[in-house]
Amino acid sequence: MTIRITGIRKSFKQQDVLRGIDLTIQAGEFVSFIGHSGCGKSTLLNIVGGLTKPDSGSVLVNGQPVTAPGPDRAMVFQNYSLLPWLSLLANVRVAVREARPDWKRERVDEMTERYLTAVSLWEHRNKRPGQVSGGMAQRAAVARAFAVGPRTLLLDEPFGALDALTRSRLQQQLIELWGHESETETVLMVTHGLDEAILLADRIVVMSNPPYQSIRTIIGVPIPRPRHRTTIGHHPAYDEIQQQLVDLLIADHVEELAGAAA
Amino acid sequence: MTTTSLEAVIVPRKRGGGRILKQLKGFGWMLVGLAVFLALWQFAASGEESVPTPLDAATTLGELWSDPFANSTNDKGIGLHLYISLQRVFLGFAAAAVVGITLGLLMGAIRPVWQAMNPIVQVLRPVSPLAWFPIWLYIIKDAGVSAVVVVFITALWPTLINTAAGAAAIPRDQRNVAKVFRFGPLAYLWHVLIPNALPLIITGLRLSMGIGWMVIIAAEMLSGNSGIGYFVWNSYNALELDKVVAAIVCIGVIGLALDAVLLRISRRVTLEEVRS
Repeated sequence: MTIRITGIRKSFKQQDVLRGIDLTIQAGEFVSFIGHSGCGKSTLLNIVGGLTKPDSGSVLVNGQPVTAPGPDRAMVFQNYSLLPWLSLLANVRVAVREARPDWKRERVDEMTERYLTAVSLWEHRNKRPGQVSGGMAQRAAVARAFAVGPRTLLLDEPFGALDALTRSRLQQQLIELWGHESETETVLMVTHGLDEAILLADRIVVMSNPPYQSIRTIIGVPIPRPRHRTTIGHHPAYDEIQQQLVDLLIADHVEELAGAAA
Repeated sequence: MTTTSLEAVIVPRKRGGGRILKQLKGFGWMLVGLAVFLALWQFAASGEESVPTPLDAATTLGELWSDPFANSTNDKGIGLHLYISLQRVFLGFAAAAVVGITLGLLMGAIRPVWQAMNPIVQVLRPVSPLAWFPIWLYIIKDAGVSAVVVVFITALWPTLINTAAGAAAIPRDQRNVAKVFRFGPLAYLWHVLIPNALPLIITGLRLSMGIGWMVIIAAEMLSGNSGIGYFVWNSYNALELDKVVAAIVCIGVIGLALDAVLLRISRRVTLEEVRS
């Protein structure tokens, strides 16, 4: 499904966070959004998800305007956002049942089991979020998102709060789920990690604070899949992309600092 | 003490003894407080013939509880009066809990409901529940039922307001989850609203119970022929102040017991939340 974002503007308290976003994302694409805090990348994701209304502009998903959240666009948040009093199993099952009222019970149970198993949480299914590690909680949140069978997945810094080892394992799991084990075609992911963006994305959207445009530039990642974090660094394009990102983000940051000092 | 093993260092034996000593000390100070209180009482009562001393009160309390459920036409036992009052409080409290929690959840969850109801609630809340009593007595014509209604009105506000506050403070990420996965009203109520509001609901219920138990006495004093409030007023009219004091002790103990039960429930609920 194609996501067509046209002329999106959004401001909070006289802060023009999104200053005219135009972006088209093709079905099957994995797009990362990167930028300093306050640049509006999470806001943009929430607008595509239907959680936030833009001041102007529109988001079309397969030609249909987005007005509210829907099961075609599941989200994963940075702080897991599981219901603390429900077991991991119930967290996934309740979400699937509610998001897909037309599904039969067997289908709901099957999807729940399939994705909890896929993130290797099936044997921990009866634990509550507070009884498991942050990595496990986030895996449950990922399973919940996949289990509603969305065509598009929206990830808001999903691995930001995890340690490096857990993060890399989850990145691998995410690629596998997206690539082979689900109907999910398109992924939009907000991240702070340069390596993460390069490893996962087909295109990296670099976003900026004023005085720049909201979308500073878009960098393509022409590294063939399957990619692996241990070998991706050897690809000739890797260093170049990384350097490009560092330059953009640091230049941006220096500018910001200079602006604050003046 | 010789420390022959590592264990002896890590777990000093003195600790258990110290705790018992501490508890004994606490108990001792409690006795001191009680003694001072009784002495002051004795001193205050000694000037006036009709004011009961602690001993008078204790004797009367013993007599009253020798046959607490006596039930002749003009001599009902104190146990019976307390039972009748408790019944009224529970009825009023139960009705207030049902109405208060339902309305509170609606107020907390739906902004327009809050806006529509909050001004009314704020005006009615500080009104003494006894101000309502003439209206209910006129409409219902039965003092007992009117007392129940007064308890209901009194007990309604703490539960309503606390429930609404609890239901209004849903964490943003839980609201987002409910939106993204399009929770229906039932799932939202059951999995988001009620669990979040539960600790405050229990707090509200506890306040309601306490205030209900207070107001029932006054309502029964105003009008009626049964209940512990009536018993107090009747004893006053017969100038049996020792009975009044004995009744006060009973009222206090029962109030404490009611609060202890609800406190236990609230601790359990909060513990569950913390654990999860």
